[in-house]
Amino acid sequence: MALPQIKADATKDRLIGMAIPACGAWATTARQDALNRLIAMGLPHKRDEYWRYTDPALLVGTEVSPSDALRTDTPIFMDKDKVRLIFVDGVFDADASDDPTLEGVEITRLVDAQAADVHWAQGLYGQLETAGQNPVDRPLAIMNTAFATDGVCIHVTGKPSKPLHISYRQSSDASDVVLHHVVKLDAGTELTLLETGTPGARSNVVLEADVADNATLHHVRPQGRAHNRAVATHLFARVGTEATLKSFTLAMNGKMTRNEFVADIIGDDAVVHVGGVCVGDGKDFHHDDTVFITHDALNGESRQVFKKVLRNAATGVFQGKILVKAGAQKTDGYQISQSLLLDEDAQFLAKPELEIYADDVACSHGSTTGAIDETALFYLRSRGVPEQQATTLLTLAFLAEALDEIADEALAEELRDRLEGWLARHG
Amino acid sequence: MLEIKNLHVQLEEEDKQILKGVDLKIGAGEVHAIMGPNGSGKSTLSYVLSGKDGYEVTDGSATLEDVDLLDMDPEERAAAGLFLAFQYPVEIPGVGNMTFLRTAVNAQRKSRGEEEMSAGDFLKEVRARAKELKIDADMLKRPVNVGFSGGEKKRNEILQMAMLAPKMCVLDETDSGLDVDAMKLVSEGVNALRSEGRSFLVITHYQRLLDHIKPDVVHIMANGRIIKTGGPELALEVENNGYADILAEVS
Ligand SMILES: Nc1ncnc2c1ncn2[C@@H]1O[C@H](COP(=O)(O)OP(=O)(O)OP(=O)(O)O)[C@@H](O)[C@H]1O
Ligand SMILES: [Mg+2]
Repeated sequence: MALPQIKADATKDRLIGMAIPACGAWATTARQDALNRLIAMGLPHKRDEYWRYTDPALLVGTEVSPSDALRTDTPIFMDKDKVRLIFVDGVFDADASDDPTLEGVEITRLVDAQAADVHWAQGLYGQLETAGQNPVDRPLAIMNTAFATDGVCIHVTGKPSKPLHISYRQSSDASDVVLHHVVKLDAGTELTLLETGTPGARSNVVLEADVADNATLHHVRPQGRAHNRAVATHLFARVGTEATLKSFTLAMNGKMTRNEFVADIIGDDAVVHVGGVCVGDGKDFHHDDTVFITHDALNGESRQVFKKVLRNAATGVFQGKILVKAGAQKTDGYQISQSLLLDEDAQFLAKPELEIYADDVACSHGSTTGAIDETALFYLRSRGVPEQQATTLLTLAFLAEALDEIADEALAEELRDRLEGWLARHG
Repeated sequence: MLEIKNLHVQLEEEDKQILKGVDLKIGAGEVHAIMGPNGSGKSTLSYVLSGKDGYEVTDGSATLEDVDLLDMDPEERAAAGLFLAFQYPVEIPGVGNMTFLRTAVNAQRKSRGEEEMSAGDFLKEVRARAKELKIDADMLKRPVNVGFSGGEKKRNEILQMAMLAPKMCVLDETDSGLDVDAMKLVSEGVNALRSEGRSFLVITHYQRLLDHIKPDVVHIMANGRIIKTGGPELALEVENNGYADILAEVS
C-alpha cells in the first residue's frame, strides 16, 4: 500500500536537517536501512489504528516543549550496590559514571561499537527492532535505529555480582534525546538492569535484548516524575529456551508516555513477565502501555500486569496482545490491565487482544475500570484511619499485584514508598 | 457516655424515614442491649453513630461524652472513642490485617496527640490479644477478612476492639455466625474489656449472647423507635414470646 501523501509529507518535513550520525560500515548500513524503512512506512499519525488512543504529535513533531525533569527527578536505588552508567541530556558521561569493569559483563558505548568495523552488536542493532515491525508498524523505533546518538551495548557472559544501572539526568530542560541500547545475554547468564529517570524533555529510547537459552534478564525502570516530558520507549526482546525476561516500569506523571514492549518467545519453556504501574493527575497526563507478546515455542509462560491510578482528567491507555502461533502448545498467557479512577473525569482506554492458533493453550485476559471501594473506605475510617490515608492504603492494595512482579523485594519496596509519597501529595 | 435524643434519620437517596425518634442514654461502664425485629433500624442506628454515608439526620442529636458525634468524620468519631463491630465485616484484599491494625491504632493515637506505638510493642500486644481470641498468626498476616469464615471475621472485630481500646463499643450482631465455643470466646473477650470507663451497646437477636455478656439495660426497637426499655428479664421475655406481645402492648 502506498504511503498516504499527508504522511509522506509529514515524514519528509520531520526529516529535514536530520542526518545519520557518522559510523563505521556495519552501523551505517543498519542506519541507512532504517532510514529507508522509515521513509517507506512514515511516522505515526493519530489516525493510525495503533495510535487510536494516543496522539503521537508530541512524540513526532519538530518542536520539543521544555520539561521540568531537571527539577523533579530525585536519585533512586541509592542503597543498592550497582554499576552506574550515567547519561546527561542523552550523552554518556564517563566521569560521572562508575568504572564499568564488572566480572561477567562487557560494556561498550554505542558510538564506540559503531565506529568499529566489526562488533558483536552488529547482529542485534536494529535487528530485533526490525523483527518487531511485524505485524504492527513501530516507526518511532525505526527512527531511533536510524538516528540514535548514544547508548550502551552490554554483553553478558556470566552472572555479574551487581546490577547495571543506566541513569538518565538532565542539565537542560529542552533536550531531545534519542538513545539505543543493545543487551546480549549468553546462554545461562543473568543480569539485573535498572533504567531510571527521564533522558530528555523529549526522549526516544530503544532497548533490544537477546536473552539466550537459560539466561535471565530483570529490567526495572522507574521513569521519573517530570510532568512535561514526552517519552517513547520500545523494548524488543527475543527469549530462548528456558530463558526468563521480567520487565517492570513505574511512571509517575508525564505529559506523554508511550511504552511499547515487544517480546518473541522462540525457545521452549520460556518465561516473559511485563508489568507496569503509572499514576497520573490532571489533563496533562497521558500514559500508554502497548504490549505485544508472541509465543512461538512450547510451554511458554507470559504475564502482562498493568495498573493505573488516574485522577482529574488524566488518561491511561493499554493495548496488549498475546499472539500464540500454531504449534506453540501448552502456552500459558495471562494479561490483566486495570485502572483505578479516583474521580469521574479520568479515563482509561483498553484494548486487550488474544490471537491464538494453537489448540492446547490456557490464555486469559481481563480489563477493569473501577473506583475506590466505598465500603472498604468506610470500614477503614471507622477504625480511625483518616480518609486520605485510607485511600492511599486501598490504592496501594490495588497496585500490589503489579508491584509483586518485581522480583527484588528491596527495589519493590522503594518503588512502593515512592508511590505512597505521590499518593499522599495528590490526595 | 452516649446520649441519643429524638434521632430522626432518613435515606439520602430516597425519601424513606428509618429512625423515627430514637432516645437512648448509656452511662459510663454500662452495658445496654438492643433487640428488635428484622428491619427495625438497629444497624442503621449503628451506622449513623459511626458516620456512614447515605443517611441524613433530619432531627435530634447524638453525643459521646457531651461531644456532638454527628458533626464529625468517621475517623474523628473513632478517635473520640467510638467503635462499631460490624454486622458484616468488610473484606479488604491487598491490605494485610496487621498493617491495617497498626495503621488504625497509630492513626487514632496521632489524632489524640499521643505517641505512636513502636513496632515491637504493637506486635507483642497483638499477639497476646490474638491468642486470647484464638486468632492464629496466619490470620494476622492475611488480607483483612479475606477468606475468613463468618466466625473468624467476628473474632477479628473483637481483636480490633481490644487493640483500639474504645470508650463506647457498639456490637452489631457479633454473635451471629458464631459456634458455641466461639461465642464463649468472644463474650470473654468483651467481658475482659468491661470497665468503669467503657460502655457497650450490644445489638442481638438472641438471649444466648446475653447469658455471657450480662446487660444492665435491655431496649426493644421496632419501626425506628425504642418502644420498650427494661432489665435483663426483657430479653428473656422476647426469647420466650417473640415481639408480638410487646408490639401489641405499645400500640
Ligand atoms: N441504604 C439503604 N437503602 C435502602 N434501604 C435501607 C438502607 N439502609 C437501611 N435500609 C432499610 O432500613 C430498614 C432498617 O434496616 P436495618 O439494617 O437498620 O435493620 P436491622 O434492625 O439492623 O435489621 P436486622 O435485624 O435484619 O439486621 C430496613 O427496612 C432496610 O431495608
Ligand atoms: Mg442489622
